[in-house]
Amino acid sequence: MNLRRDVFQAIADPTRRTILMLLASQSMTAGAIAANFDTARPTVSKHLHILSECELLSQVQNGREIHYHLNPQKMKEIADFIEPFRAMWDERFDKLESIMKIYPSKK
Amino acid sequence: MERKTKIIAEDGKQDLLITREFDLPLELLFKAYVEPEIVEQWMGTKVLKLDCKPHGSYQFVTSDPQGNQHRFNGVIHEFSPNQKITRTFEMENTPFPVQLEFLEFEALTDSTSKLTMQIVYRSVVDRDKMLQLPFAQGINMAHNRLQDIVNQLNKLTI
Repeated sequence: MNLRRDVFQAIADPTRRTILMLLASQSMTAGAIAANFDTARPTVSKHLHILSECELLSQVQNGREIHYHLNPQKMKEIADFIEPFRAMWDERFDKLESIMKIYPSKK
Repeated sequence: MERKTKIIAEDGKQDLLITREFDLPLELLFKAYVEPEIVEQWMGTKVLKLDCKPHGSYQFVTSDPQGNQHRFNGVIHEFSPNQKITRTFEMENTPFPVQLEFLEFEALTDSTSKLTMQIVYRSVVDRDKMLQLPFAQGINMAHNRLQDIVNQLNKLTI
């Protein structure tokens, strides 16, 4: 369960979800991944580090370059279990929060 | 980094705990559960009935993109304003058994509050099926994309 929780924490972040989607079709170097974002390179590195720690990504040395791959087994674990349910409630509650934030000013 | 809604679903248990902290005073959080027009907005559903009192009941209906209507209903057992709601929840015309929900509302500060929702299912299997439902119904777009990726990967690895 602890492991699972870490994985879900990892994919709760939109940048990290985008990284996973980028890597779905091909393996990429950190530089190539970072080129898809406006954020600073160290920020992307930090995200890669978190995803690797959760075993969602694996690194393969290819000459002088390190390529990042998806770990399909871990990805399946996420897809199968609790995250969609959590995300559904998170979305609803975000909506609730934003609606109620403007509520007092309407009255 | 931030993960606002937390779910604890221990392996082998037939309940789960959803917690969420809101950047809202307690009274406003509670109001979002009581006022039909507000419920409609954040739940994305139409409220047919919402009678918030002990032995009161509610009925909601949603339409999916295909135009099918899905009805939900339940009975309210306990209703303490700004404190708690205990109610049942049932999806009509589905094999899912009724579930029992304990909602607790508390103030954290003058401007923040917390909701703790315990949902008890009929069995462990029923709970786990319900957890997987958002996928089955395609409610969450971001995670549908994730599912597509996983499907792709499955094809590659088979």
